Amino acid sequence: MDGDDEGVTGPMGDEPMFSNGGGDGQQQRGSKAVMGGEQMDVEAYGSLYTGRTKVIRLLFIADRCGNEGMQLEALRLAYDEIKKGEDSQLYREVASKIAGRLGPQYDLDQAWADGIDRRAEQRKDKLENELNGYKTNLIKESIRMGYNDLGDFYYAHGQLGDAFKNYVRTRDYCTTSKHIIHMCLNVILVSIELGQFMHVSNYVSKAEQTPDMLDAVTVAKLRCAAGLAYLEAKKYKLAARKFLETGPELGNNYTEVIAPQDVATYGGLCALSSFDRSELKSKVIDNINFRNFLELVPEVRELIHDFYASHYASCLEYLENLKPNLLLDIHLHDHVETLYTQIRHKAIIQYTHPFISVDLHTMASAFKTGVAGLEKELEALITDNQIQARIDSHNKILYARHADQRNTTFQRVLQTGVEFERDVRAMLLRANLIKHEYNQRAATRKI
Amino acid sequence: MDSVEALVAHVQALSGNPEEVSHLHSLLKQSEDSLRSQASRLFPFLEQLDPSKHSLGYLYLLEAYSSGPLLEEQASGYLLTVVEFIDSCSAEQIRLAPDKFTSVCKSFKDQVMQLEVAIRGVAPLRTAIRKLQTSSEHLTTLHPDFLLLCLLSKCYKAGLSILDDDIFEVDQPRDLFLYCYYGGMINIGLKRFHKALECLHNVVTAPMTSLNAIAVEAFKKYVLVSLIHNGQVPSFPKYTSGTAQRNLKNYTQPYTDLANCYATGKFSELETSIQTNIEKFQADNNLGLVRQVLSSLYKRNIQRLTQTYLTLSLQDIAGAAQLKTPREAEMHVLRMIQDGEIFATINQKDGMVSFHEDPEQYKTCEMIEHIDSSIQRLMALSKKLSSIDEHISCDPAYLTKIGRERQRFDFDDFDSVPHKFLQT
Repeated sequence: MDGDDEGVTGPMGDEPMFSNGGGDGQQQRGSKAVMGGEQMDVEAYGSLYTGRTKVIRLLFIADRCGNEGMQLEALRLAYDEIKKGEDSQLYREVASKIAGRLGPQYDLDQAWADGIDRRAEQRKDKLENELNGYKTNLIKESIRMGYNDLGDFYYAHGQLGDAFKNYVRTRDYCTTSKHIIHMCLNVILVSIELGQFMHVSNYVSKAEQTPDMLDAVTVAKLRCAAGLAYLEAKKYKLAARKFLETGPELGNNYTEVIAPQDVATYGGLCALSSFDRSELKSKVIDNINFRNFLELVPEVRELIHDFYASHYASCLEYLENLKPNLLLDIHLHDHVETLYTQIRHKAIIQYTHPFISVDLHTMASAFKTGVAGLEKELEALITDNQIQARIDSHNKILYARHADQRNTTFQRVLQTGVEFERDVRAMLLRANLIKHEYNQRAATRKI
Repeated sequence: MDSVEALVAHVQALSGNPEEVSHLHSLLKQSEDSLRSQASRLFPFLEQLDPSKHSLGYLYLLEAYSSGPLLEEQASGYLLTVVEFIDSCSAEQIRLAPDKFTSVCKSFKDQVMQLEVAIRGVAPLRTAIRKLQTSSEHLTTLHPDFLLLCLLSKCYKAGLSILDDDIFEVDQPRDLFLYCYYGGMINIGLKRFHKALECLHNVVTAPMTSLNAIAVEAFKKYVLVSLIHNGQVPSFPKYTSGTAQRNLKNYTQPYTDLANCYATGKFSELETSIQTNIEKFQADNNLGLVRQVLSSLYKRNIQRLTQTYLTLSLQDIAGAAQLKTPREAEMHVLRMIQDGEIFATINQKDGMVSFHEDPEQYKTCEMIEHIDSSIQRLMALSKKLSSIDEHISCDPAYLTKIGRERQRFDFDDFDSVPHKFLQT
């Protein structure tokens, strides 16, 4: 394969760049993609996925990484992958992005693209004719197959909207629950790529409602899809639950959407940001199923254990190291910042919780930041009422504040009384005005 | 000529007991037109009557007289006469003709304002209100006039005696709007911001079918006072009329912008926002309040620090509250301690401020008394509430309306509910 040769030389040339700027990324990429070992990160990452998601993820990396070597590598892999498929539109796009930077092998192959287009046109006509035939004969199963084939065809050619429509149409012709599952999985697949996670959660629940017992792999797939949908909706706690429930049967069966490594990362981060200590212990650390996933991404496993063991500095360090990678993840990139702040806040809250007074210097070193920065963070958390404490800025000590129940109750009672009085008086006044207006209108009507 | 003299004779004869007075009332009503036609020469006749005994007749003559044109030199004499009348008239008699009394008071108010001696009108109008209203919960048409005179003469304290009464009965919605608006301004003048908010809130949320200028002006002040007092503008409660909810913000754009800027807590942004709209604020006569909004931002920032810090250097306070120098911060903190807004001590040697908790322990006799009085007040209020509720649920007009509306929605409801009520 010519492409492979080229691929080896390409990144070799970029090696110095990586050791400078992208060194971090390379190291974690390698560890994240366990199968890839010490090989090139992007390639290893790509190899975790199959189908369109591989291309889309690679293109996403190319768009975001801001590093020419990595970008070209990602584009090269994407190019190779597309050539295996039939999406000429995407092919042209990628070729124009490469813009000749990878040598003649990676220029736009006009003949190939045109050939694909021509064949696609023919195949589409054929499929539509077949479907019309089935429709006139009113054979349910065949119509379903017809729509399904058409959906597959559109999906392969990147016309996701049409694919979605056709997959949904098969719904009326489903006769067994197996068909329904099939339909749901297809719709979920397309919807995830379209970014329409409302549909994803809809169809997950539809699939889960089928009367027959689902096999373990399907259940795992549905859990992942639901988790993704919750993640996109920023419901991190629910997302964490779904990922944690994913069974080990998932294996490499759902690589067209998600890799088991992702389940560990997504689930781990969401759990850290939203679970309390006991939940973390019972649902993550003691969860045998999930432990299998965590083994695939040792960093995430380590950071969860560090968090639980209150080694916040190393936990945060792990997180910081993972960050550039996660920012390149197609699903997680939007949520990294939120999740990270939540995790950090949780760590700070947990750290202060057992103490009556905390020396800010010790705390700052535990979190590897300066005292001033920590003070600002604490201030924000106290203002948000997440930590009940006050800062002695003179001596740099944080004192826990035990609210006097009696006094606050008195305060609240008086406040409520005042509000009640004010509201009732205003209400009576309004009632009187309305009554007055009503009477007046009645009077004018009589006249 | 004769008729007036005859009438005066009648008045003198028929002011003894209630039956005679009501007879006199009908006589006076009949001669109203003839009185008006001779308005200019009525003044001498007034001297023949005693305002305290012949209040009703006096009132009719006075009203007719004041409805005519008044000459400059007559004005001060007229004012004296009215003041004397208001002071000495009998409340029972004038309540027979409240319209006349109100009209006399109004023309009196106009005169006072024209002569720019608003302060002379304050006391008489207060007496007039007390005599005219049947109970302290009754809002008369004179209320807003009185408050207006208080405002013009800057006698804010005088206005309080009226404002502290709870108002429930309203004759004219317009009176209420004006009353609450002026009341809000008086309270602002006295820096009783929570009371001011209450008044302005009443205007903004009052039921209205079409927007009025009073509500718009009141909303502007409401926004500013909310910012000064609470640091934020609450959204409209759901009982606010749809008209107000839809339109008020459109007419008060600079103020909503200001509130948004305030919410960001950035001093410089707030200042630029004020500068860009300064002419509008000036035109609305709200510039003073706007400046208070600006300075309240400092206070709020400092107040927030008391929640998070036990000790903080003046330097840091200046930084957090976006003040320029530690000295300035010290001044603000000092002033706030003086006003009882925060509890703190300043250590000038180290330049540190230590914040304390609220020393109130809710143990003193005064506090208990205060709580007790609140409880009494609330009990009275809730009693009133339930009695009004009972009253309304027995009101035939209300029941027919409810019955009619139900029918439109659900036939079953109509069958069971109104019939049951109508039988009782």
